[in-house]
Amino acid sequence: MEDKHLLSVQDLHTSFFTDAGEVHAVNGVSFNLDPGEILGIVGESGSGKSVTAYSIMQILESTGKITGGKILFKGHDLTKWNTSKLDKFRGKNVSIIFQDPMTSLNPVFTIGNQLVEAITLHTSRKGEAARKRAAQLLTLVGINEPERRLKQYPHELSGGMRQRVMIAMALACEPDILIADEPTTALDVTIQAQILELIQSLQKKMGMAVILVTHDLGVIAEMCDNIIVMYGGRICERGTAREIFYNPKHEYTKGLIRSIPNVNNMKEKLVPIAGTPINILNLPKGCAFCARCDNCMKICLTEVPEELSINKDHKASCWMNVKEAFEERGGTK
Amino acid sequence: MTPLVEVKNLKQYFPVKTGLFKTEYLKAVDDVSFYINEGETLGLVGESGCGKTTVGRTLLHLYEPTAGEILYKGTPVTEKNIHSMRQKMQMVFQDPYSSLDPRMTVEDIIGEPLDVHHLCSSKAERREKILHLMDLVGLNAEHATRYAHEFSGGQRQRIGIARALAVNPKFIVCDEPVSALDVSIQAQVINMFEELQEKLGVAYLFIAHDLLVVHHISDRIAVMYLGKIVETGTADDVNYNSIHPYTCSLMSAVPIPDPDYTRGRKRIVLQGDVPSPLHMPSGCPFRTRCNHACEKCAQEMPPLTDRGNGHMVACWVK
Repeated sequence: MEDKHLLSVQDLHTSFFTDAGEVHAVNGVSFNLDPGEILGIVGESGSGKSVTAYSIMQILESTGKITGGKILFKGHDLTKWNTSKLDKFRGKNVSIIFQDPMTSLNPVFTIGNQLVEAITLHTSRKGEAARKRAAQLLTLVGINEPERRLKQYPHELSGGMRQRVMIAMALACEPDILIADEPTTALDVTIQAQILELIQSLQKKMGMAVILVTHDLGVIAEMCDNIIVMYGGRICERGTAREIFYNPKHEYTKGLIRSIPNVNNMKEKLVPIAGTPINILNLPKGCAFCARCDNCMKICLTEVPEELSINKDHKASCWMNVKEAFEERGGTK
Repeated sequence: MTPLVEVKNLKQYFPVKTGLFKTEYLKAVDDVSFYINEGETLGLVGESGCGKTTVGRTLLHLYEPTAGEILYKGTPVTEKNIHSMRQKMQMVFQDPYSSLDPRMTVEDIIGEPLDVHHLCSSKAERREKILHLMDLVGLNAEHATRYAHEFSGGQRQRIGIARALAVNPKFIVCDEPVSALDVSIQAQVINMFEELQEKLGVAYLFIAHDLLVVHHISDRIAVMYLGKIVETGTADDVNYNSIHPYTCSLMSAVPIPDPDYTRGRKRIVLQGDVPSPLHMPSGCPFRTRCNHACEKCAQEMPPLTDRGNGHMVACWVK
């Protein structure tokens, strides 16, 4: 059962221990990832989407710690691994690309230096062979004149180019999973389209699984097979792209979709979600979204909603669905 | 009818030292003309570095324009009369974190333009005006004595908008006012812009790179590429009937939050990057990335020509 999935995150809890106290960034997140799947994690700032991704890579800041749960990669729990085992795992099995390609490349080394380093560390290729492979990777991600680019420094490249280099580096050892943390947020629309197209085509070519973390519902709609919506460190809804966009069943997801312009009727007034994003320093006792929800009920304030299956491709954690199901059955249990 | 604000052949060049004695000019805005009517919203879109922010700032003489004219109700805006003009034209900035003085209370921030333009005769009147403005943008009266850092991004943007509204302007330049905000907060601020326009009749120059938001809020849209306007027209015309190859690819690149729609359409992916504005290509600036470029494009910049209903396009081929 357990090795059926490529990656299985089970009841993950991640906290940051700060001066202001323990911050529960991720509170019991579970999901599975299969080979060749593109999974989207969407949420606002502070929803715990990036922390979930960093927990999988085990690259949390020094104050961050996984306080509970399991992360199974092909059936092995990575939270129990030591540093040397993790070093082999990162890059070879799972790679990550970050939002800002400027700060994630080292400014004092050439592109070639950094690519060759990644290749020699994780594969058996050394010296000239590694350099050839680096040039090959640059060609793969659509950079022309790879030999010349290898000798350049990050500042000599444009933002889109740098993100391509990051992708090339992440793909150096043909990982099973690519985590993309807001890969196009810092880029312009036309460059964003190029990068998304690149990730899609590489995913098809190499058959890897992709976890795409973003706040942009448009990017999610375009790229993902399955979507997870997060709020306040918890998953509020999950399902296929069509289910999430056309049949949202959590009040937060519904609110998100109403607050962006409707493509079919551009002049329609937006319906914003009231209030401000959650302060994860003091999470409410019940549903994290209750303070901003229009349909908040008594039970929402005190009890965390359970995840309910809407259909086989769709689950949501909202008491409203429980209420509706109850009423449908005529109010009897 | 004279438009509220009219810009004629605006140029803004910045000197860049490229050698010890060599200075080149970066043409941030090159020969741009447009107009905005009373109570109207003009959306200005384009990629980073296309000069859209510079246009907004030059309108208010935050930069001295290199050439060209800016007219407010037919009166030229110059260095001499800009102080009084700023009672009619105001600005809201992109970053709600750095555009508010951390050492001033909300009351002082909103009150500063009132003091500068001597709009209040007594302290009580000043206080009353400030509270009215705060109410207008949806801030509580008890927030008046707090400092900017005590607010969230969306609320700070509201403070910035209240400050712009303090002098009762007829025209506001909004430079990426929602791009630093979360999606759910964006909608709150966009709705507020729309309500204020209905209530006060202000006109906006709405600068943003999020094309969906711009389409939603604007009456008309102008598309910029490397310092030039390449297409302008009503919001629907520019979005649904785009003609210029750059606008077409821009529109097709926007990720649409609708899985069936977005996966069914054909994306026009542009090759390469935007050229450096220091070394602009000859003729049409877009020709290096354009699939339709011909010889004429390299020789001469195409003028904006009317394609019906005020839909102006600068392209030789299309």
